[in-house]
Amino acid sequence: MDYIKAFMVGGAICVLGQILIDKTKMTSARILVLFVVIGVFLGGIGLYPRLVEFAGAGASVPLPGFGNILAKGVMQEVDRAGFIGILTGGIKAAAAGIAAAVLFSFAAALIFEPKAK
Amino acid sequence: MNMSKKEYGEMVKKASPNSRLVSNCVKAFVVGGLICTFGQVLYAMFGALGAGREMSGTLVAVSLIFLAILATGIGKYDDLAKFAGAGAGVPITGFANAVAAPAIEFKKEGYVMGVGAKMFLIAGPVIVYGTLSSMVVGLIYYFVR
Amino acid sequence: MQKRCGAQTVLFANPVGIMAAASIVGPKEGEGPLGAKFDRVEKDPMLGVESWEKAESELVKAAAKAAAEKARVAMDDFDYIIAGDLMNQSTGSIFGLRETMRPYLGIFGACSAIGEGMSIGGMLIDGGFASKVLCLASSHFCSAEKQFRFPLEFGSQRPPTSSWTVTGAAGVVLGAAAGPSVMGCTTGKMIDMGVKDAHNMGAAMAGAAADTIAAHFEDASRTADYYDLIITGDLGYVGQELLLELMKKKGHDIAHKHRDCGIEIFDRNTQDTHSGGSGCACSGVVFAAFFLERMKSGEIGRILFVPTGALMSPVSVQQGESIPGIAHAVVIENVRTCGQ
Repeated sequence: MDYIKAFMVGGAICVLGQILIDKTKMTSARILVLFVVIGVFLGGIGLYPRLVEFAGAGASVPLPGFGNILAKGVMQEVDRAGFIGILTGGIKAAAAGIAAAVLFSFAAALIFEPKAK
Repeated sequence: MNMSKKEYGEMVKKASPNSRLVSNCVKAFVVGGLICTFGQVLYAMFGALGAGREMSGTLVAVSLIFLAILATGIGKYDDLAKFAGAGAGVPITGFANAVAAPAIEFKKEGYVMGVGAKMFLIAGPVIVYGTLSSMVVGLIYYFVR
Repeated sequence: MQKRCGAQTVLFANPVGIMAAASIVGPKEGEGPLGAKFDRVEKDPMLGVESWEKAESELVKAAAKAAAEKARVAMDDFDYIIAGDLMNQSTGSIFGLRETMRPYLGIFGACSAIGEGMSIGGMLIDGGFASKVLCLASSHFCSAEKQFRFPLEFGSQRPPTSSWTVTGAAGVVLGAAAGPSVMGCTTGKMIDMGVKDAHNMGAAMAGAAADTIAAHFEDASRTADYYDLIITGDLGYVGQELLLELMKKKGHDIAHKHRDCGIEIFDRNTQDTHSGGSGCACSGVVFAAFFLERMKSGEIGRILFVPTGALMSPVSVQQGESIPGIAHAVVIENVRTCGQ
């Protein structure tokens, strides 16, 4: 059941992105930004965590899930450290994802050559 | 030319074929759904190995990022994205692809100004606006909690 | 003799012979419907060098050499080399030609480069300022993607109106020769139809093509009947439809005479090239390998060759500018005897 929910919700979020690409001619960079920002705000008002509760990876793997982590992190840090948490919380929560992307991408740049299509 | 840009815009619209929205959406749904399902499988696996909820979530993200960047390096992720569109672009794997692709492409311009400077050419805005909006959320939360 | 004829057109006093033309292309172009006709099909899109930009320069170098050899002209005998490409500051042309040590004119007309080059070269020769001119145009799919769109490994979908940048280079040697000759040219104006979509360059250029072709008919008092074929550069399927409609509105029906190099070079059904081919090399290599050969065989006698260009840069697109188009018409006719 968890898998079906993850499939359905994850697929549906991607379909939203596809409609934006095909109907608005927005570039993919803009769509990624939009999705993350939406994720942050839905996380901030507590809606996105409920979706994650329901769909698991179906909600956490798409980019709004990344935004949700930023929101969750900033609120936790504000609870823990007060005002300074506004600055530190977001990036701290996203650190693993960003650092992994930097590390693996750097390694990929070392190993692989650009390829033609 | 005695034709307004608006009139020409109408002509262009008529002459330009539209994207195949339905078939694109079906592909995005299936591929995006499968990537998430795979994430769920990993999540259960890490859980079974004894990782807590938070740790499992982080490990899932890191694993998917690793696999997407590997696929980018061997030149397969762009094939997947060509087929699946947002199905490959919206999951965290699409973010990873957006970081790795310029890193590989711009290595010819050197490791500092090429790889280093261009790595976040596409994904940088995600970090910038994600961080900024997290601060907005944090600020509001600070006053209303 | 008055050579200027109307607002935009020049008709030469003597035909300027096309001594030879050469085409070098990449693997995908080699797999297309014209594959067997090109002078050389490179198997490796990086041509054994280490970057896409250097690969494009290699294509330019090879096209220059091949064109000179076919025309039996030593590199040192060219009075001018005129070249254009799509890269920032003409990277493709400059680094492919820096060892030629010949007077060099670098041009930018986006994908209309070969038309611009042949126009200038023809005028130089007819004006008596040169006797042999080498015109070159090049583009490379990968260097163009990297500069104008996204890194190649980045996953994205191309909309159906987009075109596929041709990897290749073409060289045309102008001088004294019988056979297909440049008789004159109509230099295009920049025409901005207000198109902002960088994935629909056919639409951005169709207005310019229509404007130049109509101006040529007006200036030279000709109609489409004068020509066997009217060949545009890289309008693609979308741009072709728009061009024919615009021409009809101007009172010219060119539907049965129109061909487009971007449509000829790829098979849209099997090669996933959407609206067709584009890039400076597109019109150049198709002209050199296909239409010029058809003229030499006598199958066609008169063409109006109209390479088209979308005058945009990555910066202009990001700043929300619309894309002006340009088209340069070159009159080419079979001449039985050598010019003078």
